[in-house]
This record gives sequence, C-alpha cells and structure tokens, in this order.
Amino acid sequence: MSQKTGEKLISVFIDDEEVRVPPGTNMIEAAASFGKEIPHYCYHPKLTVAGNCRMCLVELGMPGRDRATGEPLLDEGGNPKIMWMPGPAIACGTNAAPGMHIKTESDVVKKCRNGVMEFLLINHPLDCPICDQAGECHLQEYATDYGRGYSRFIEEKVVKPKRTRLGPRVMLDDERCILCSRCIRFCNEIVEDEVLGFIDRGSHSTLTCFPGRQLENNYSLNTVDICPVGALTSMDFRFKMRVWFLSETPSICTESSVGVNTLVGSREGKIYRITPRRNDEVNDTWMSDSGRLLYRELEKADRLTQYSIDGKATLPDGAAKEAADIMRKGKCAFVGSGRSSLEEQFLLQKIRRACGNGPAWLVGRTGAEDELLISADRNPNLRGALVSGLIDRLPQARLTELSEQIDADAVDTIVVWGEDLLEAGLTEEQLEKVTIVYCGYRDNATAAHAKVGIPGLSVFENRGCFINQQFRLQSFLAAVPGPEGVLPDVALLVRILNELDGEGVRPRIESIWQLMSDEIESLKWMTFAGIPEGGQLISCEAFKDLPFIEGKSLHYDPEEALAAAGG
Amino acid sequence: MKLKSETCEAIDKLIPQYPVKRSAVLPLLHLVQGDQGYISSEGIEWIAEKLELAPINVYELVTFYPYFRQEKLGKVHVRVCRTLSCALVGAYDVADRLAEALDCPLNTTKANGDFTLEYAECLASCGSGPVVLVDEDLYEKVCEKDVDGVADTILAKVNGSVENKETA
Amino acid sequence: MPAEERRIILKHVDDPEYTVDLDCYLRHGGYAALKQALAMKPEEIRSEVEASGLRGRGGAGFPCGMKWKFVDRRSGKPIYLICNADESEPGSFKDRKIIHSDPHQLIEGMMISAYANDCVLAFIYIREEFPKGARILEKAIAEAREQGFVGDDMGGSGYGCNIIVHRGAGAYICGEETALIESLEGKRPYPRIKPPFYPATLGLYHCPTIVNNVETLCNVCHIVAMGGEAYAKIGRPNNSGTRIWCLSGHVQRPGLYEVEKVTIGEMINELCGGMRPGRQLKAVIPGGGTMKILRADERFQGKLPDGTEFDWAIDDIPLDFDGVAAAGSQSGSAGMMVLDDTTDIPEALANINAFYAHESCGQCTPCREGSLWVKQITQRMCSGGARKEDVDLLLSIAGEVGGRTICPFGFSITWPVESYIGKFREEFEAKADQAENENGNGEHRLIER
Repeated sequence: MSQKTGEKLISVFIDDEEVRVPPGTNMIEAAASFGKEIPHYCYHPKLTVAGNCRMCLVELGMPGRDRATGEPLLDEGGNPKIMWMPGPAIACGTNAAPGMHIKTESDVVKKCRNGVMEFLLINHPLDCPICDQAGECHLQEYATDYGRGYSRFIEEKVVKPKRTRLGPRVMLDDERCILCSRCIRFCNEIVEDEVLGFIDRGSHSTLTCFPGRQLENNYSLNTVDICPVGALTSMDFRFKMRVWFLSETPSICTESSVGVNTLVGSREGKIYRITPRRNDEVNDTWMSDSGRLLYRELEKADRLTQYSIDGKATLPDGAAKEAADIMRKGKCAFVGSGRSSLEEQFLLQKIRRACGNGPAWLVGRTGAEDELLISADRNPNLRGALVSGLIDRLPQARLTELSEQIDADAVDTIVVWGEDLLEAGLTEEQLEKVTIVYCGYRDNATAAHAKVGIPGLSVFENRGCFINQQFRLQSFLAAVPGPEGVLPDVALLVRILNELDGEGVRPRIESIWQLMSDEIESLKWMTFAGIPEGGQLISCEAFKDLPFIEGKSLHYDPEEALAAAGG
Repeated sequence: MKLKSETCEAIDKLIPQYPVKRSAVLPLLHLVQGDQGYISSEGIEWIAEKLELAPINVYELVTFYPYFRQEKLGKVHVRVCRTLSCALVGAYDVADRLAEALDCPLNTTKANGDFTLEYAECLASCGSGPVVLVDEDLYEKVCEKDVDGVADTILAKVNGSVENKETA
Repeated sequence: MPAEERRIILKHVDDPEYTVDLDCYLRHGGYAALKQALAMKPEEIRSEVEASGLRGRGGAGFPCGMKWKFVDRRSGKPIYLICNADESEPGSFKDRKIIHSDPHQLIEGMMISAYANDCVLAFIYIREEFPKGARILEKAIAEAREQGFVGDDMGGSGYGCNIIVHRGAGAYICGEETALIESLEGKRPYPRIKPPFYPATLGLYHCPTIVNNVETLCNVCHIVAMGGEAYAKIGRPNNSGTRIWCLSGHVQRPGLYEVEKVTIGEMINELCGGMRPGRQLKAVIPGGGTMKILRADERFQGKLPDGTEFDWAIDDIPLDFDGVAAAGSQSGSAGMMVLDDTTDIPEALANINAFYAHESCGQCTPCREGSLWVKQITQRMCSGGARKEDVDLLLSIAGEVGGRTICPFGFSITWPVESYIGKFREEFEAKADQAENENGNGEHRLIER
C-alpha cells in the first residue's frame, strides 16, 4: 500500500474486511492495496475515469444515518447499519469515504461480471489462437475467471474493419475493440494529440482516426500497452513472439535524463520489445516510441567484439595491462560517457586519480524536449558522472578544450569510455597524434585509432545504475548476454585499476558498491541490491548551482528540484 | 470549400453566441449541410479549423447523428416514421406504398438524385400517425389511399425546386 | 360525472384564432406572470415552485422545486438553464404541440425559471425533426427580446438572460440530461457518470445547470400566476397540476389530453371515444416506449404509499405519477400507446427493440451490446426463426442491462422485454411453434388494419 506518512487514513470495508486508505482513494485501488482484484477494462490509474465497460460493478453501501437527527443508525449488534444501494455501482467511479462498504464477491456482482463478459464477447471474433494479444489479454483472462464458458449468441456478428493501419507503428483491429476509450483518453489527456475517436454509434461504434490523419505521435505505442484486448498491436512486435515465451527484465531507458523505467522482453538472447515499467515518480506507465526502438542498436553491424592491442587480438588481461602501462606513461586525459553506468564512471574516476588526475570530460548530448518523457539532456547518466566526481561541470557537445590541449601537446594519451572522439569534435589528425585507449560497444573511428581496444556492453547486456534528472538512482539488469567473450566494462575497469594501484578490488558489483558507499557521501550505506524498485533519490545539494538544461517534464520541475535541494 | 455568403454570415454571427466555441459545432454542421447538401471531409476540416478542434472531434459527431450525411441526399428528403405508434396504425404499409409510388426502395436515394426515401425513428407525432416528413413538412394520418397524393407532392417539389430544402 | 379535460397549458392551442405571434400571446394575458415574477425575489419564486409540488414532465417525475434546490449557488460559477425539447420517447408528442402552437408560453416559463435561479443564459435543445418548431421559437424569442421579455434588463428589473435555440440532429439519447449537456458542449452525446456529474453542480461547461422539460417550464408560468399552494390543489396530492397525456394507437380519437384526475378507462373510453369498432383493448403502454406494458385483463393489486389497499382493473388505474407506478409501470413522458386485439405483441416488442438498438449511444457495454442482441432475437422470432429457448434467453439478457448502465437507457432494453414476455409469454412461445411452417424474410412489421 502506498501511503505517505502523516496522511490521514480512513476505514473502508471490502467484503467485510477493514482496509485503511487515504480518503478519496479509488475503490479499485483500495481493493488492490488489499490484494483483491476488481476486474476492469476501461479504468486506468493514470487516465480520467470513463466508467463505460461496467466490468467493475460492485455492491456499495454506506453507514446509515437517521434522517431526522443525523445520528448513525445501528443494527442489533450495535454496529453501524449499512444502507446498500439498490443497484450495483462501478468501483472505478467510487471514491473511498469513511465507513464505505463494498461487496466484490456477492452473487449480484458475479452476475454483473458474467453479463458484461457475455456482452463483450458476442460480437468479438473469438479467435484467440490467431490473435497476438493472447497471453496478455484481459478479455481472455476475465473470460476464464468470470465468463459463462459457452455462447448463447446465434445472430450475425457486427462486421467492422480489420487490419487498419492507425499510424506508422500501430495497427487496429476494430472487431476486437471493446470501446473502452483508453487509447482515446491517453492521446487526449497525456499527449494532447486528438487523433483518435469513435465514429458511428451503438454496437456499430468504431475506433478510428480522421481519414488522412495518423496516430503518429512519439507516444503512440502506449495505446498498444493500455489496450486491454487485441485491438491495438505494435507493428514492430506483432506476430514476432508469443508473449508467454518472453522473459522481462527491468531496465532504464537511455533516451534522455528522464530515466524512464522499462521492461525488456527477450527470449534466448534476443530482444523483442521494450515496454514501460510503472514508476509513479518518473514515467507513470508511459514511454516514448523512440525509446522502445533503442534495442535495435544491438542489431547494427558495427559491434566491437575483440580485445586488441594495435589492432591485434588479445585477451582481456593483456588489454588491461597494456592500457595501464600506457596510462602510467602518458600525459593522460579522460573522456567518459553520460551513457555509462555510475559504477563505470566511478571506476574510471578512480583510474584517473590513480594515474595523475589528468583532465576529464564528458560528451554533452542535447536535443529538443517534449515536456513529457524526453528531456533536453540526452545523456541518461550525466548526474552519475557528477556524483562519481568524474566531472564537476556540465559537459559540452564538442571536446574543444581537449582539442586545444592536444594541439598544445598538453595531452598525448586519451582514455575514452563509450564515446567517439571524432563525433565529439576532434579531427583525424588529432586522433593520429595521441595514444588512445578505447572501450565501447561500437566499432567507430576512435576504435580504429586505438592502441588498446576494449569491447563493451550495451545497457541491455549490462547491469548497473543511472542517476536521472531528479537525482534518482535507478538500477538496471542485463536482459540478454553480451557477445561471446566480452566481459562487463567494470571487469576491465577493475583490472586496469588493480594494475595501476594494486588495491585488489574485486570485479563484483557488490564490491564496487562497497567502495562507492565508502567514498561518496550521498551514497553512504547504500548497496546495489538495496536500491528500491522505483529508484532512490539522493542528495543533489552539491550540484544545485549547476545550470542544468532540463525544463519541465512529466514528473520533473527544475524549480521544485532546486527548492528541494535547498537552493 | 466555397460556402454561400449568407451561410458564412450566419456562421460568424452564431459562434460568438456560445460561451464556449465548441458548442457551435452542431449548428455549424447544420449550416454547412444546408449549404452543401451534405458534410464532406473538407467540410469537417473546415468546421474543425473554425472552432479550433481536431477534425476527429467533428467526424465523431457527423457519424453519430443520423441527420448529418456524408453523401448528398436527394433533392427532397422523405422520412416515414416506423416506430410503434405509427406502426400500429399502418406505417409499414404506407412506406411500402410510397416506395412503390416513387419507384424507389426504402432507405435509398433515387439514382437521379431526386429524393431520398427512408424510415425514421419516432418523429414525435404519434397521435396523428402514420406520419411522413417531407423535408420540413409533416404529413399526418397518411392512409394508403393518401400515398399517391403525397407522392405527387414530392415529385412536384422535385420539379419545382432545384436545391435541397434545408433552410433552418 | 363524465371525465373531462382541464386545460391550463393547452388552453388556447386548439383555438383557430390563436397564433404564435407575441401580440396574440399578450392579448391572452401572456407575460403577466413574468412581470409578476420580476417583482418577486428569486427565492420567493423558488419556494412557490417548491410549494406547488410540481414534478418534472420529462419522464422521471422528479420534483422541480428540489431540482432547483440542489443547484450549487455558492460555486461562483455561472448557472445555466436548459429546456429539454428533445422529445423523443416513442409515444410522446406534447412538447411538439406547445412549441409549434404556443412558443411564448414556453419562453415565459423559461424566463421566470431563469430569473428564479439567477441563470446567465438559457438554451432550448430542440430535436432536429422539429425544424419549423425551431424557427417558430427563434422568431418568438426575437419578438420577446424586442419587447424586453428576453435579453438584457428584462422589464427594467436589471436582470437579463438570453435564449439560444440549439438544434439536435437525430439522437434519442440527447433527451438524457447529461447526454444533452455533452451534445450542447459539442461532444459526442455520451451520458456522464453520476457521481460526480450531477447537472446541479457539474453541468454545462462544468457549471451548475438546470435541465427542465418543456411542459415543466410552462407550468412554472401558472404556478407564479396562481401561487404554489393553489397549484398544489390541482390533481391528486403528490401529483399536482394537470398532465398532458399523449394518446396514440388503436383508439378512436388519438391526440393530446390535458387532464387533472382521470383513470385509464376514462381516458380511453370517454375522452378518446373508445376502441375502434369491434375491437377489444389488449394492452396499454402508459408512459412511452420504455415503460412496462399493462395487460387489459390483469388485476393490479397492492398498497399505496398512504397504506390504502387497491385492487384495480386496467380501467381503474389513475393516470398520474403514483397511480401508474402503483400498477407496476411508470407514467414517464405520458406517451400512452393503446393496443387492441389485432396487435401481435412479439412484433410490438420487436419494433420497440429496433428503436432502442438504433438509439443506444454505445458508450457502455450492457446497453450497447444488449440493445442490438434483443433486437436481433425478436426480429428473428418475428420472421420465422423463433426457437423455444429464445423466450428465456431474452429475459436473461434483459436482466443483464437495466440498472447496470451509465444512464437509465438500460431500462429501455429491460422493461419492455421483461413486461411484454412476462404478460404475453404465450404469444412468444407460439412464435417458436409456428417457426417450422414459416419462411421469414428477416423483416418484422405489425399486423394492422
């Protein structure tokens, strides 16, 4: 049960059992907090209440009061007398009030659900075996739980359009649609892009776009997630994999500093889809379409898979030793990445300190923000680089200072973790001029110039943490294995570090966290395993004077963040 | 979309009457259908723009209300009430006879566009059924023997007026 | 004493000399009540209306005074008045007459009600099928505005209110007040969920709103003119005022009858001149298509709210809210359909079911799917495809709709099916027996003439 401390709670009674909830709690949520599911289709916790599916009908009663005196009525036992409403009421449209009673398992309620299920199914194609929603279809699930089990319908079904392309990513089958209006409400209320609507009326009502318009906003695939049935499907995912074969790994979207919580669905080492994971403090239940397609990065051919020295294959240990040797000798500069995990940034910072505390930069990435779930800062973990101490300023998109220092011969060695120097503004000539240790999962121009090449892992193959724009520490796990023979980035970082200072850090994430919590004040007492599912806010006090570029987004307001930091 | 100047005037006069612009969508649909004879896709977009709505908001209404048409109606719109009170006193037979007399099946528009003959749901004149609404004129207590007369009136209207009569 | 009409609302409409123009209305004493009202305090008018016991004439019979009392007057938001002139219940045609023959009476009633409730703007939502009515109203409003009965500073009172005539476009659901409000807001007319969207607090544009029927608003004129207490003495207690009954079907003289205290028998046999020659009364649908049918040969027994026991034949049923309710149906919008012995009850049900399937807005599941399903079944039954199990299937489906939907429309599916089958089950079962011998074409029509 999610309760803020100090909030006044009231008692409501669900099937005669008392539940304490904040006043006004939606009764579907109240029941859920008590472990009781009230079946529903149209209700969605993040959208306005429509009340149209009628699946959540319950019996509703309130303690009676004497009309004349206003005194509570009592039964023989001296308990409040409950005045039951004559007909059932929708739980989704009912807000908890003191003493409220609902019945969710009575015969009346069972009959209601049975009736609604039958109505929803009479004009439904009933072709689950060829429907891509099978396995995560509420119609299917509730039919099993509350349905009649056989059909009494012998009339002709209403015919509606099949396979309508609503937009570049979303396909609609109107015969499967139960007209719950979740998708319409999502577009209108969350994205404010009014493209979907119902046309015609009665049983002929049909979901559609205005002819010539498309559902093409960057959040269109959320309609697929919230469609309780198989009406809306993702063109990227449909018919590629049965959902019951997918294993789902919690991850964090790297699209921007918002840090959208995700689930990565994979089977046998291959990713099939990314869906949002609910986090009421970050992304609610939503994510962008563009973020969902980031897994395709893995399918690109430019993957670096070989440890190398001077272009010749070597083993991880050899690469680490060579890298350490180079760093020890040179005038060393460091280029870290806002896409690396906090653990990687921390280890890179320790390496930097171990070999002379040379200058370090991060490559800045910015883009237009959408005030929803894509922020202006396109690095998912800029805050991590600050917290780890790798940088103490905000990054620029181009490494101008580094470029000047190369030209001035102030730097002759560059350790690059996960970035491409050419992309970040250096020239081929400058790359020729210096010795490069490169780690990354991309085989790019920097890799081509590297003395030591170290293959890295993508976020989908790795585990670790990012710190988002709110200074919320969020962890992600590996959904799929990396290429054969490629070790996690931290394993190489630890090897290099041990070469340099001989401390003998073990390449386990727990050990790294031990170090971090010792060395970083805002991470004190924390462990990797101890990071809660919804992330953990850490102190941003030390950085409140930095001019972060993010504007408002769904759950972030820069001014509030500043105020919270005591700024 | 080219609207008659009096339609445009009426529209511009009408919108500010409403506390909220969107409320003018039904009146605008009436005016545009009156002007054009139907509501085209272009008409929907025009109204949407006029009222700062998304076209889907207008499209949802055009398809909900049976009075609004996305295809041109016949020059004369004939509606025979088929609901219980009229049916009890012979509306179906009247409808059949009218279809015969006009040589036009029910719920269709005559191929030459002369008229549209349809069933209508309750026209709220149950005490004088069967009733037939010819454009704006209500014919009451129409017996089978009256049908030919009504049909003649309809045909005369077709010949007498060039455009569809919707002047509300 | 033979039954007779008592015409208050319809006093002049059948007078061939009576026209819709303002002069005629003024000659007949029009707008005197408005002048009288403007000299009163708004709350005084409200208490007169409350004292009158006036119950809404649109269908539910909710006390008008109480409806006005619920209006949130402290929200600081503007209050709107809407006249529901979307008369669409099969069998009801009284509002048509008032609008087409006596528009100023409605306008006067509206302006009194608007003043009494401090409304900033009033609307008449009129169904599309009354195009002439809409024009008559617009013209009448313009005349009244010119004379200061509508618009700014009415009669020098400092109070002002305008009326907008807003035309529907063919949707029965717009008669449901929250659907009407959605329609008036320019949205799909989907009824709103209650709670929280009670018009008195969250109505038009989420402001407090009063929605009253045409006849109800006309009554307000007469309540102000004669005083609430005097009005309350008309009719039986709790059923005050006259009621305009809309008679249709198989009676000799169908039409409108404004009455005070009559029974169904008096209405049919005296006022309407009885059944057609040689025909017997078979059934009565007393309050519009939604309401439960009453069978001519059944007895109606029970106890009235005041404790009196009754045992009525159909002819004895008092024609008012409580009388019809006591007989197990409702007076609804007073659209009374009279069916004689030529009527095929299953076909009548098929007809009614077809209407509601056509008019279901489709917002919520039970009504959307149930309305079409019962239509399909009754249609099949009436065209040679009836099965024995269809009768109980219909009852079962009907039981799954009413009371489980967003708006009361659900009862329009449930009540006809339950009552027609409940009272004429043998006719439905006979359809199954005949089925083998017939070859239906899928179309159903009523045997007539």
